[in-house]
Amino acid sequence: MELNENIAGNPPFPGIIHETPGGGIVVSTFDSVINWARSNSLWPLSFATSCCGIEMMSTASAKYDFSRFGFEVARASPRQADVIIIAGTIVNKMAPVLKRLYDQMADPKYVIAMGACAISGGPFFYNTYSVVKGADHIIPVDVYIPGCPPRPEALLHSLISLQEKIKMGMTRDQIRVEFKGQPQ
Amino acid sequence: MTNEAIKEFITAHTPEATYDETGEWLNIIVEPNQLKPLAFMLHGKAMQMDFLFCLTCVDYKTHLTMVYHLTSSKNRTINLVLKANVDRTNPEIETVCDIWRTAEFLEREVFEMFGVQFLNHPDLRRLILEDETAIAVDEKKEDVRETKGYWPLRKDFEDPINMIKL
Repeated sequence: MELNENIAGNPPFPGIIHETPGGGIVVSTFDSVINWARSNSLWPLSFATSCCGIEMMSTASAKYDFSRFGFEVARASPRQADVIIIAGTIVNKMAPVLKRLYDQMADPKYVIAMGACAISGGPFFYNTYSVVKGADHIIPVDVYIPGCPPRPEALLHSLISLQEKIKMGMTRDQIRVEFKGQPQ
Repeated sequence: MTNEAIKEFITAHTPEATYDETGEWLNIIVEPNQLKPLAFMLHGKAMQMDFLFCLTCVDYKTHLTMVYHLTSSKNRTINLVLKANVDRTNPEIETVCDIWRTAEFLEREVFEMFGVQFLNHPDLRRLILEDETAIAVDEKKEDVRETKGYWPLRKDFEDPINMIKL
């Protein structure tokens, strides 16, 4: 896929094959195998606050079908979800709910901000008393997709980008733990 | 029932009512203290206006106008608009939620957006916005509340935290 070529490095399986008589042994690091496994089984949370949710449903359904890439089942419980796709406007009243959902997700957890509303408050109602100007004011975001709403292909691109990001190494939280001690 | 007949009928009950027929529907403008008795009368046997399909408020800067859209499930050809001008500094009007139950939520929304106090409302709290406690956490918002009131749909509403003044 051309898409994958644009994103730096996409080994099918991390590691090198060590040739031995009668076959071979794959040599790899434990971390990269774990990241490879994680990136190919990301379960999204059923969470949508406005019209981007329709595109997300379309991406999940037969025509685009994000389960081809390992986003197998949308979970209705944050305890079983790995990635939360913020599909829609976050208003001030929704903000504590989103924070709680994120807190209830088990580590490692990833966040995709889908569409203009989740990135910056949106093209329509950003200058108001009630809208959060970007979901990253509330929870850390890994991948941003612009668009209003983004097409399903764009969501697939972001999901693949997230997989690349996971395969590349540590998440933001992992980096913080690694370099600054325990998370706050 | 023609507009003339309705006007005659209402004038017999509320002689002070004035009318505006420039729009699609007959507008009936009354004083706030006359609205509740008139609403009760319209809901009664004679008119059977049993469906309050819209309750809202308009800020005209000099005053607020409460707007009630009524129709009847028995006769959907009749649509009436009841209006009452209320004072902007101390807006108060009697609740109509004992006549039309749907008014309970609609009045809560008008209360949070415009600050109209509905007298004898059973549960006058905010409906859509965060509750009072969440807003009170923010000190600057608290300042705004105390000086001008936190009524987002009023024309002079200012929110220095969330909004850029255009």
